Amino acid sequence: MTTSLNLDRREFVKLLGGGIVVLLTTSPSELFAQQRQYPTDVNAYLHIAPDGRITVFSGKIEMGQGVMTSQAQMAAEELGVSLGRIEMILGDTDKCPWDMGTFGSLTTRMFGPALRAACAEARLILMQLASEKLGVPREQLVVDDGIVSVKGDASRKLTYGQLAKGQAITRTLDEKAVLRSVAEFKVMGRSPKRMDGVEKVTGRAKYAADITLPGMLSARILRPPAHGAKLVSVDTARAEKVEGLTLVNQDGLVAVLHADPETAGQALQTIVAKWEVRKVDVDQDSIFDYLVKKAPEPDVRDTRGDLAAARKDAAKLFELTWRSGYKAHAPIEPHAALAEVKDGKATVWAATQTPFPTRDAVASAIGFDPANVRLITPYVGGGFGGKSSAPQAVEAARLAKIVGKPVQVEWTREEEFFYDTFDPAAVVKIASAVDAEGRITLWEYDVYFAGARSTEVFYDAPNARVRVFGAWRGAGADTHLFAVGPWRAPGANTNVFARESQIDVMAAAAGIDPLEFRLRNTKDERMRRVLKAAAGAAGWKAAPGPSGQGRAIACGIDAGTYAALVAFVKVDEATGTVKVERVVCAQDMGVVVNPDGATMQVEGCITMGLGYVFSEELRFEGGKILDKNFDSYKLPLFSWVPKIETVLVKNDELAPQGGGEPAIVPMGAVIANAVFDACGARVDRLPMTPERLLAAIRAPKAKEPAAG
Amino acid sequence: MATEIRFRLNGKPATLPYNPERTLLRALRTDLGLTGTHYGCGIGECGSCTVVVDGKAVRSCVTTLAEIQGKDVITIEGLAKGDRLHPLQRAFIEHGAFQCGYCTSGMLMNAYALTKEKKTLSREEIIDGMEDNLCRCGAHQRIIAAIEEVAGAKGGRS
Ligand code: FES
Ligand code: FES
Repeated sequence: MTTSLNLDRREFVKLLGGGIVVLLTTSPSELFAQQRQYPTDVNAYLHIAPDGRITVFSGKIEMGQGVMTSQAQMAAEELGVSLGRIEMILGDTDKCPWDMGTFGSLTTRMFGPALRAACAEARLILMQLASEKLGVPREQLVVDDGIVSVKGDASRKLTYGQLAKGQAITRTLDEKAVLRSVAEFKVMGRSPKRMDGVEKVTGRAKYAADITLPGMLSARILRPPAHGAKLVSVDTARAEKVEGLTLVNQDGLVAVLHADPETAGQALQTIVAKWEVRKVDVDQDSIFDYLVKKAPEPDVRDTRGDLAAARKDAAKLFELTWRSGYKAHAPIEPHAALAEVKDGKATVWAATQTPFPTRDAVASAIGFDPANVRLITPYVGGGFGGKSSAPQAVEAARLAKIVGKPVQVEWTREEEFFYDTFDPAAVVKIASAVDAEGRITLWEYDVYFAGARSTEVFYDAPNARVRVFGAWRGAGADTHLFAVGPWRAPGANTNVFARESQIDVMAAAAGIDPLEFRLRNTKDERMRRVLKAAAGAAGWKAAPGPSGQGRAIACGIDAGTYAALVAFVKVDEATGTVKVERVVCAQDMGVVVNPDGATMQVEGCITMGLGYVFSEELRFEGGKILDKNFDSYKLPLFSWVPKIETVLVKNDELAPQGGGEPAIVPMGAVIANAVFDACGARVDRLPMTPERLLAAIRAPKAKEPAAG
Repeated sequence: MATEIRFRLNGKPATLPYNPERTLLRALRTDLGLTGTHYGCGIGECGSCTVVVDGKAVRSCVTTLAEIQGKDVITIEGLAKGDRLHPLQRAFIEHGAFQCGYCTSGMLMNAYALTKEKKTLSREEIIDGMEDNLCRCGAHQRIIAAIEEVAGAKGGRS
């Protein structure tokens, strides 16, 4: 990622010394401003310099998921060069093809095909040019690391650099470039060391807050004590006396700016503001009833069979309610941005997952044409969905425009907790039944505010209905008391916790081993394969629950990928604490671009998942956020982390699918099920704090969910 | 009374104006331009701002300049010797012990102090010593493996 080049694309191209991109006549921002899809022009994706160095442009950003490297692998593979030749430019709206944002495990799945197609096409054209120049038919040419030579006569050769310099890529070919097959892979399907490695272990990697400009001011902004609070009066007299301080008080934006961030922070403390706080009597415990009451008309999705008849025939109806609280994204890097507004142009460096939409938001906030706003994304220090929204970029740009100097906005951890777009609290109510053979006969599924993701009924219930009451974004602005947004696999964590817990409750009641119960109830071949692979790798011992082994299985589909998790836990029944000892994940994600990268994502998912399983739940009183920092909002620690084993189930017939989210979604259920298997206590609300687990352990009917 | 803060920074003498209450984190990032040390929480809870002072890992967000007067400070920028990465840095790359990399400076500096204190560390000692450094990306398993490679009972310093 470049953070230093402050040039438009055309200058940039000249700087690189010509080559095939030089033929772009319109500026990329013009080219992409109105476009809301991936361009077909290969020049939008890559540039080949005369010395053979290849620059690849992608609107995706690197926030730890390894897409800098995996995208370079895809490009190198299709172009026929080694990875070392590729340099990546990510998330720069003046240089990169338009992109909607880096979320939803879409980089490899959606952008990957466009990037690969462009690189394959470039390779085909370069081969054609070489064929013409060497006077040899294309079939007799081979390419090795960007050098095209005649088969059997390696001395007759041309490099991509020479070819690109000599010829224009405006030419088109009638034939369609064919993507390389798995059997041909030389760069994809392997695990090279990450391209961002050296920068990240030496502290040289630049994040948004690390970028500075001469004359820059740091801004601290006055924040309300609670969401929904209205500013009644503000007294800035003391702040104004601070030497070198600039005060902004415009359209509700009250900020103090100073060359020194600490001085700005101290000045902010001296501002006396009166707020009118809206009282809403709801907290993390009463939120569930509050939400169910607010439910809009449902979106009825998967309906089949005869529900009434199935209810009547059921020997026993399992009617259970599952709940989970608000969770914070809590990336270790808080939102940060630097903005410069000069000569009718704005340049913003921002920690964001959505460079293009953020550029547009900045443009509209400061009244600029998006073509005159450039959003540059340095390395992002974790996102998980939380940086899909990047209001700090707008704040920095507004302030920079007002004060006429570059402005840096670094959110404090407290601001990060206040303005996070939390994963919504949600409720799932399920009524289900099972027959004497252990087959599911009824599946009535109502979800409130977790949305539809992962509600598909892949179990063979002949009578089923899914009703979605409110999306994970809520149903209108007043559903939640503060902002909610996409959190690593939005809503799916809650839906899969509910579904896979309910499945285990039925399996236990039917006296059937939980793996066997799942296999008996689904014909989905990909699901059966990952279930068996996970169980096989884990050394699954069949027994109906609670078996006392403290092991369980749960599965899910997300972003086109199938994942099954087996977990082993030890429960301390005296304290209600749980130690997860081992988690095995089997995942079918189609063709795997980078196996080690995919494995790291699985490990990250499982480790992050421990947080929402055991401790993470935002506490609040109405619009007042009570958790303000990591002293009370607890993330997973080193001692929590189990032994994690990943099995990538081979499926080369399927194009690459998403890998950033699938393994986290079954975490709630697999741990809850393992706890049940260990001690017979069933938890129906996440996180399962020691208090909640103790209540479940002490509940009179230990095999039924305890009221939490 | 002192008029300056004098200390050693990554092996070289350094001087800052006498501002004893200023946090070391701000001084490093803003006054000295060393941005490899990161802010994560500002209250000593996350460890992403960890630097090493006189051989001990400290959290620079809750350390004042008064506390480093005359001391020896090492930051992530001082861990490699020129282009030669420290064995811990090499092991982190080898094991893929980071994702977003934001916690990495703090992880490395904390691990560096641990391995300075004791040459050989058991897995339990590593986990114990790293416990209070947060990583949201979940690179823990690989961070432990990387430190084990350098200071573990089996591998030893490479
Ligand atoms: S920033 Fe210092 S411990 Fe978090
Ligand atoms: S690598 Fe992202 S926080 Fe640790």
